[in-house]
Amino acid sequence: MTGRPPHGTPSAGTPRLVLKGISKVYPAVVANDQVDLAVQPGEIRAILGENGAGKSTLMKIIYGVTRPSAGRIYWEGEEVEVANPAHARSLGIGMVFQHFSLFETLTVVENVALALPGKPALDELAQRIAAVSERYGLPVDPRRHIHALSVGERQRVEIIRCLLQNPRLLIMDEPTSVLTPQAVRKLFETLRQLAAEGCSILYISHKLDEIQELCHSATVLRGGKVTGECIPAQETPASMARLMIGKDLPRCAHGAAKADGDVRLRLAGLSHASEDPFGTDLKDIHLDVRAGEIVGIAGVSGNGQQELLRAISGEEVLAEKFPVQICGVEAGRLNPGQRRKLGLAFVPEERLGRGAVPAMSLADNALLTAAHSQNLLAGGFLRFEHARDFARRCIERFNVKCGGPGAAAKSLSGGNLQKFIVGREILQAPRLLVCAQPTWGVDVGAATFIRQALIDLRDRGCAVLVISEELDELFEICDRIAVIAKGRLSPTRPAAETTVEDIGVWMSGLWPGAETYESQPPTKRAESPNA
Amino acid sequence: MLELEARAEPSRLMSFLSPLLAVVLMIAGGMLVFAALGKDPVEGFRIFFLNPVKDLYGLSELLLKATPLMLCAIGLAIGFRANVWNIGAEGQFMLGAVAATGVALHFDGSESALLLPAMIVAGALGGAAWAAIPALLRTRFNANEILVSLMLVYVANLFVSWLVFGPWKDPDGFNFPQTKMFGEAALMPVVLENTRLHLGFPIAIAVLVAGYAFMNRSYAGFRMRVAGEAPDAARYAGFSAHRMIWVGLLLGGAAAGLAGMGEVAGPMGQLTDKVGSGYGFAAIIVAFVGRLNAFGILLASLLMALLYIGGEQAQQYLNLPSSISMVFQGMLLFFLLGADVFINYRLRLRHRAAQGH
Repeated sequence: MTGRPPHGTPSAGTPRLVLKGISKVYPAVVANDQVDLAVQPGEIRAILGENGAGKSTLMKIIYGVTRPSAGRIYWEGEEVEVANPAHARSLGIGMVFQHFSLFETLTVVENVALALPGKPALDELAQRIAAVSERYGLPVDPRRHIHALSVGERQRVEIIRCLLQNPRLLIMDEPTSVLTPQAVRKLFETLRQLAAEGCSILYISHKLDEIQELCHSATVLRGGKVTGECIPAQETPASMARLMIGKDLPRCAHGAAKADGDVRLRLAGLSHASEDPFGTDLKDIHLDVRAGEIVGIAGVSGNGQQELLRAISGEEVLAEKFPVQICGVEAGRLNPGQRRKLGLAFVPEERLGRGAVPAMSLADNALLTAAHSQNLLAGGFLRFEHARDFARRCIERFNVKCGGPGAAAKSLSGGNLQKFIVGREILQAPRLLVCAQPTWGVDVGAATFIRQALIDLRDRGCAVLVISEELDELFEICDRIAVIAKGRLSPTRPAAETTVEDIGVWMSGLWPGAETYESQPPTKRAESPNA
Repeated sequence: MLELEARAEPSRLMSFLSPLLAVVLMIAGGMLVFAALGKDPVEGFRIFFLNPVKDLYGLSELLLKATPLMLCAIGLAIGFRANVWNIGAEGQFMLGAVAATGVALHFDGSESALLLPAMIVAGALGGAAWAAIPALLRTRFNANEILVSLMLVYVANLFVSWLVFGPWKDPDGFNFPQTKMFGEAALMPVVLENTRLHLGFPIAIAVLVAGYAFMNRSYAGFRMRVAGEAPDAARYAGFSAHRMIWVGLLLGGAAAGLAGMGEVAGPMGQLTDKVGSGYGFAAIIVAFVGRLNAFGILLASLLMALLYIGGEQAQQYLNLPSSISMVFQGMLLFFLLGADVFINYRLRLRHRAAQGH
């Protein structure tokens, strides 16, 4: 974003951590191949790479979660073999994982206590937590239960938990993927303060603007190998993208949306209580999606996206018909199969296990949603040849790299499986496509392909609803954008007339005309009853 | 040192080899048991595993025993594939026997060629009706079908006892807990002369073929496989979870009921309080040893039948208690579960380097 020069230069001397020739070979894949890496005290170093480049494996090796097949690790000049995460922590290495490891039914202080050696006194620990959170600008109430915290607050708990052990190296795995733009700002301030105090930080990300803003240096991985090192401040996002993906960052062609298409999806006051006690209730959601446009819904995860998707897809059947109208039909009480017959296609967030059956072949997975629309049945029996043909068409038209229609879904990489699923849904010529996190965990090339496919579908007159946590993606492909926060949906705005900053503010529930349904700001919900 | 390492994907070869490995280990374990009991292991092996199949009559008895096992197992497998855990095939088997007996007693003395088909239908319906109880409770009240179907076995057992000690007791039966013998028209015709092998066996084979077609070729079977392997994917695709539960339990119940009918109209020729002889429970092992697929179930039911008959032989010739066949069944399942680890894992020899302090 900004070309602000990184502050403070890392001090020279004994590097905090050095990796030499680290390799990790799994039965089917080489995750790391002769990786060299050095981090100085006080240095914020980015580990940059696409999905599957080997970033996470490398960090797990440093943190002692997995062991390298070959190579050496030097910690502050001495060779070590990191046996397990506890050993890593005792050395002074902390890690904040992309997926949090917190017990939802316990309080913050209880969660922190579990990670510490011995049996710390909770009162004293709560004071230490309060001290650390104040010092680093990470406000969190130690006595609240995790399930009552927002995702950003949970991340703060994870960070505080690391900081209490006074780490000299902090590993952050894709920390911003769950944060609003404003929360990202705050996180960066904390990280800069830590680095200024001499803590080294390994910052894993594929977001080039963030790396430019935050990091002193970057190591780029591609296909498990180091393909380059750079000073982000001296690079452009385009030049770093070339290092990361080996070619220029592609962009989608995006024309103006057709106006005045017929309404394909109407949510008319959709309210629904979540079955999950920690889920989000949907409250009075109104939305129209018209033929020939892409509408995006932004929001921090856990604000009702899952519940909204299930209510639209029919995986969660409603008590009443009118709140969900698909192509003019009141569909609230229809099941997913019946809604599909109205012209709905749906790409879920989880590919393996929901969008596709992992152990089944692609041909079988084609049957999952296309059995009726593609005429893959005869008298209640499966027409295998037709299913294979349809799967083959998905593979060819959507450029899916795989072993053919007989390949098991789980043998495909995330990006290729996503292309297959999107292809399966699009090739059924839907009148309305609902797509959740279309490019989550997908490499840049496949992501661009999928976004372009959504735009092309729109241009053919389909109505498209995209729910994503990636704001950049929404701004790239959407005609109108709305925000979901705490189960309520904001009004939509034309994407061209709004900014990332505006949407960021909306993501905390504060949009113009938002009902003042809670007297307190969103981060301060009811205090938990007991300590 | 040795350690287990996760495979990149499950080994297909091992999923076939694992039952064979389990059989080999069971035999080896069995020979150890024979030796521990002071019997010659080789002789024990001969009597247990070879004696039963040394002539045509022995073979026919083996097929006779395997018939109810394969019927119950194929029905269970359909449900198991969809994660519908019907543990009560034993009770459904008894209710099938009761329903068929009801028809036979009601039309006692009839010479009609329709009597036997009517009993077959009644047997299947009786089993299905008994299985409908857990299906209803599960779909309406989310009551666990494992517990309900299992508990209904004991209800079925008491129900059979009440019938044969009470209203259905043969008045000329010297007060034995049994019905009168069925008439000729109510008995399964024998398909192999001078043996007890009856029409139930070809019917069971036909049901196996139908079960294969249902599971592997039909859309309904496909939906059930999806539900078993990835419940969220089934929900996403719009396959009704309630329907899976109904289909899984009703088909399992019908197949078990049919097996029960085959017993009372076959080798027994009447209903007694001993009608439930554990086939419904043994079929659970058969279904898993047979990898929940039709051809595997055919082989596994033959193996399980061999264990039953071998146990009788061991009792007769080796003076061992008949529970020896339960020991073999238990070992078979035990070793199978152990060997199944190698479907997802492999053993690796690992040189452990010195740890960093």
